[in-house]
Amino acid sequence: MVWIVLVLLTALSALAYGLGRRKAKAAGKGHSRPNYQGAYVALWAVVPAGLLLAVVLVFGGRIEHAMLSADAPAAVAELPSEQQEVFYGDARALAAGKATSGTYDFGPLKAHLDAKAAQSARQHQIFLTAAIGLAIALALGGFALAFSRLKPDFRARNRVEGWVSGLLIACSTLAVLTTIGIVASLAFEAFRFFQSVSPLAFLFGTEWSPQIAMRTDQVAADGAFGAVPLFAGTFLVMLIAMIVAAPIGLYSAIYLSEYAHKTSRGVIKPLLEVLAGIPTVVYGFFAALTVGPIFRAFFNWVGAQTGGPLGDYLMQVQNQMALTAGVVMGIMLIPFVSSLSDDIINAVPQSLRDGSLAMGATKSETIKNVVLPAALPGVMAAMLLAVSRAIGETMIVTMAAGLQAKLTLNPLETVTTVTVQIVTLLTGDQEFDSPKTLAAFGLGLTLFLVTLTLNVIAMRVVQKYREQYD
Amino acid sequence: MTDALLTADAAGAPDPRRGRTADFEARVKKRNAAEKRFRFYGRLAIFVALAFLVTLLGRIVSQGYHAFTAYEVSLPVYIDPLRVDRANPMGANYDALIAEALLAKIGAPNDELGENLLAAQELVSTDLGFNLLDQIRKDPNLVGKTLTLKGPVKADAQLYLKHEIKRETAEGDRKISDQQMDWIDKLEKAGVITGGFNTRFFTASDSTEPEQAGVLGAIVGSALMLFVTALLAVPTGVLAAVYLEEFAPKNRWTDLIEVNINNLAAVPSIVYGLLGLALFINWMGVPRSSPLVGGLVLALMALPTVIIATRSALKAVPPSIREAALGVGASRTQTVFHHVLPLAVPGVMTGVILSLAHALGETAPLLMVGMVSFNPGIPESVTSAATVLPVQVFIWETASERAFHEKTAAAIMVLIGFMILMNLLAVIVRRKFERRW
Amino acid sequence: MQMTKNVTLARAEALPDHAPIKINAMGINVFYGEKQALFDVSIACPDRAVTALIGPSGCGKSTFLRCINRMNDTIVGCRVDGRIEIDNEDVNLKSLDPVVLRSRVGMVFQKPNPFPKSIFDNVAYGPKIHGFASSKSELEGIVEHSLKKAGLWGEVADRLHQPGTGLSGGQQQRLVIARAIAVNPEVILMDEPCSALDPIATAKIEELMDELREQYCIVIVTHSMAQAARVSQRTAFFHLGRLVEAGTTEAIFTNPTDPRTQDYITGRSG
Repeated sequence: MVWIVLVLLTALSALAYGLGRRKAKAAGKGHSRPNYQGAYVALWAVVPAGLLLAVVLVFGGRIEHAMLSADAPAAVAELPSEQQEVFYGDARALAAGKATSGTYDFGPLKAHLDAKAAQSARQHQIFLTAAIGLAIALALGGFALAFSRLKPDFRARNRVEGWVSGLLIACSTLAVLTTIGIVASLAFEAFRFFQSVSPLAFLFGTEWSPQIAMRTDQVAADGAFGAVPLFAGTFLVMLIAMIVAAPIGLYSAIYLSEYAHKTSRGVIKPLLEVLAGIPTVVYGFFAALTVGPIFRAFFNWVGAQTGGPLGDYLMQVQNQMALTAGVVMGIMLIPFVSSLSDDIINAVPQSLRDGSLAMGATKSETIKNVVLPAALPGVMAAMLLAVSRAIGETMIVTMAAGLQAKLTLNPLETVTTVTVQIVTLLTGDQEFDSPKTLAAFGLGLTLFLVTLTLNVIAMRVVQKYREQYD
Repeated sequence: MTDALLTADAAGAPDPRRGRTADFEARVKKRNAAEKRFRFYGRLAIFVALAFLVTLLGRIVSQGYHAFTAYEVSLPVYIDPLRVDRANPMGANYDALIAEALLAKIGAPNDELGENLLAAQELVSTDLGFNLLDQIRKDPNLVGKTLTLKGPVKADAQLYLKHEIKRETAEGDRKISDQQMDWIDKLEKAGVITGGFNTRFFTASDSTEPEQAGVLGAIVGSALMLFVTALLAVPTGVLAAVYLEEFAPKNRWTDLIEVNINNLAAVPSIVYGLLGLALFINWMGVPRSSPLVGGLVLALMALPTVIIATRSALKAVPPSIREAALGVGASRTQTVFHHVLPLAVPGVMTGVILSLAHALGETAPLLMVGMVSFNPGIPESVTSAATVLPVQVFIWETASERAFHEKTAAAIMVLIGFMILMNLLAVIVRRKFERRW
Repeated sequence: MQMTKNVTLARAEALPDHAPIKINAMGINVFYGEKQALFDVSIACPDRAVTALIGPSGCGKSTFLRCINRMNDTIVGCRVDGRIEIDNEDVNLKSLDPVVLRSRVGMVFQKPNPFPKSIFDNVAYGPKIHGFASSKSELEGIVEHSLKKAGLWGEVADRLHQPGTGLSGGQQQRLVIARAIAVNPEVILMDEPCSALDPIATAKIEELMDELREQYCIVIVTHSMAQAARVSQRTAFFHLGRLVEAGTTEAIFTNPTDPRTQDYITGRSG
């Protein structure tokens, strides 16, 4: 269906283009070349009709669904809302000649279902005819309008270019629309979540166990959606990651920009980029099956050596712990920190280095006393960006940190993070409207706002820093 | 010391050492030692980072290379007419038939409790039984004849053949008994079990049985998804970049778009997954788990990077080209589309390939839109349920069977292989079409 | 020869040829990779006087200046042949640490390059890293003394803890000079120190140089012949990496022996 329409539209545009071109040629030399005249006609013939069809394609299903459920039989209206949804879905499936979903058995409502299916089939026919008819009318109308306008002195080129710049503006607006989409969808779903769980209980509650809230309904809801343990877990993993990534990344940036020869720089930089290009799921695998078991074996061994209550505790350390996830995430962030810091350090003017070296300072004294203080705002911003990455990172923590929401700062404990919980809450099979899934959007909104703040601050600082030395 | 220095100044008398005493010399030595230490820390940091890289890749290769070899059995099985009913082939126990044939090859008796039979059954994949059933359903005349069946050895037995399960391990701690190990050795010697390149890994899709699982479904899923991503993100990204770089007036609105794009590039990927779930699945009704919805999400994610790469490619085109085109009477649109953009194409291509390579490795947002489901088939279109390579890695990593670990590492090698190919392509494009003004 | 008449030689007193030699360079060749930048340069600079190096841009005068404190060491692929002595001591000696050498030879650059620190910390930088001050009050003494010598004390005494980068260009350059003086060097190298300054600031720096030469050996690279004539006692003319002519400033400007020098100072070349 979609392909037929696309072929038809292409054929129509070619036809319109040819006709327009011929008319323009016959009329003789005018303002714009015949190509533009043809393109002008083709645009008018195809674009409005195409837009209409695109809208139908995207929203047609919803519109039909709404029309179908407009007058619900009393028996159906009594059903819970999610069953109603499935009912209408099944009716439409029957109308299209497909099998029903089978989620619920609508045995007693079979008659209603068949009636609705018939209605849906009729409706679909009407809807489709109307959409196609309207599209054809738009195409012909557009063609006629544009074709009649063609005259030798008609400025078709300017008109076509107007269309082109409209398209360009639309494309660049898409980026803004994405942001609006993110904010709107997160805020909307989070708002629904906060209707059942108070934002205060969410932000300051210290107990997180969404499973319980599912079973005992409302009673435990307030206590069960306290996100503080998640924030603590996220913070702990981020902290460990930064303890690994910040010194290693910064020192390698310093070495690369201040000491390394051009040749070794040419080898090391691409290798670090390889480290940056490895998908995070691979880091997760590495954490879960290599680093985790090594850490566990190490701490269990240390525990066996020391004995006592501490030894007993160490003997029980598991693969999944904050330390594993944090260290591996730190490795992942090394190239990120290093390349950002490298850029920042390279932006420090050579004259400052020369000034310090000429005073008799050694290279390291120059770096520590002049270069780094000068680069400090930029380096801090780079670290902020790395923190933002660490907070938003998902796969490593999902595979290596664990699922238990514990309020602890002990790196040997299994912890859970905001992103892990979003994944866990949304990958099961459950109704979209439950507080459990909506909680994921509450977490997502928090995550988005925190990382956005960090990014905005960091980018501001970097921009100011660059302006200072440009 | 400095007092002396200052008084020397005041007196105007030259002090040949000018305060550089033995104290100063010792200090210089210390400072040089600190310098060496500092340089060493730098080297150490680089070394540690590269050591991590080597360990990471080394571990994956060492865990995964086994998955590229596989052991197959090739076994003649007599289809006993007493056991298989020609009219109702579904009713027979083919697994037992195969196990008996296997026992016969081994030369072990079939005891009364059937323990040996069960132990033999555990050596070959269930695939053999289904295969046999299929053949007989197609051609019932096979009953009464001897068929040579080929199929994979069961995953745990393969682990023994690859020396990953060792005899030294206590019998209770491994899934293969001593007896089964002896049998396997015997079968291998007899040429019933042979090893070779694991083609199945590249021609099969996901399966609950490790020895039958492959990555083809995931590769096709990834390809379909990247196709959708490229189709959406590349034209819109390039056109948006053209607008911002060549046409946009400098005002608050374009400033806002700029800031916006930079921020979008730093939004955590999982947030895009949430957007995809709420917008595309719940609101627009795009089918869950489909390459279409995955591609849509990744297109939004790739958009800012495509825009940023294209803008820098356009910036690299010298203004003289624009002035020349405008000078001969071309309109702004003609200048950009006929002269500037074609010159920027290599740079744009490089940026596009790199952001698609990045999208290929993305996992987290796809979990949100349901791509994490089990998919034993090969996706047929962009709207059918599918999984993609990185998600396949995630699915296998969480599987409990040990044999899936090597599959996971092997799938990672395939994934990284594709990413390296894309990066190489980007390098080639850059080298081949690079132009310097 | 028209030009020479306009040049003021007011301050450039004739310096006797037998003045004590501070820096003695013999047969200096400098290579940047394959490219040779200096060819067999030999020159002597007297103590307690200003020696000006002049010549068209790219002639190697800055390269030569950077040989004296071994700043060329910091450039990858740069090689220096030949012998430079300060007080009869070879500066290129392996056993001589560039750190020690540079604490004896201060340098001022073309563009003022105060560190992004306070005025006080800028001046205190050298004494601190070299450990020349054993107490805070001593350090304060050195800073005050150096700023006074650089003629900046009066302007900054009340804002020592404000950033050095906030000063005007001329003040920044004098701050950098104060920073160099603070370690009490023997030689001060100046690489076109006034090229980024306005005439009034330039005049102040020139005045300062004249005062400082009573205590230090100063070598200055300048593209302004008028400046060379005003501040230096000896002048050396470089051309295409070679030293063409050196002598007392008066001699060079009034009676150059080499036709290339003559062309340059009269404005016919360069």
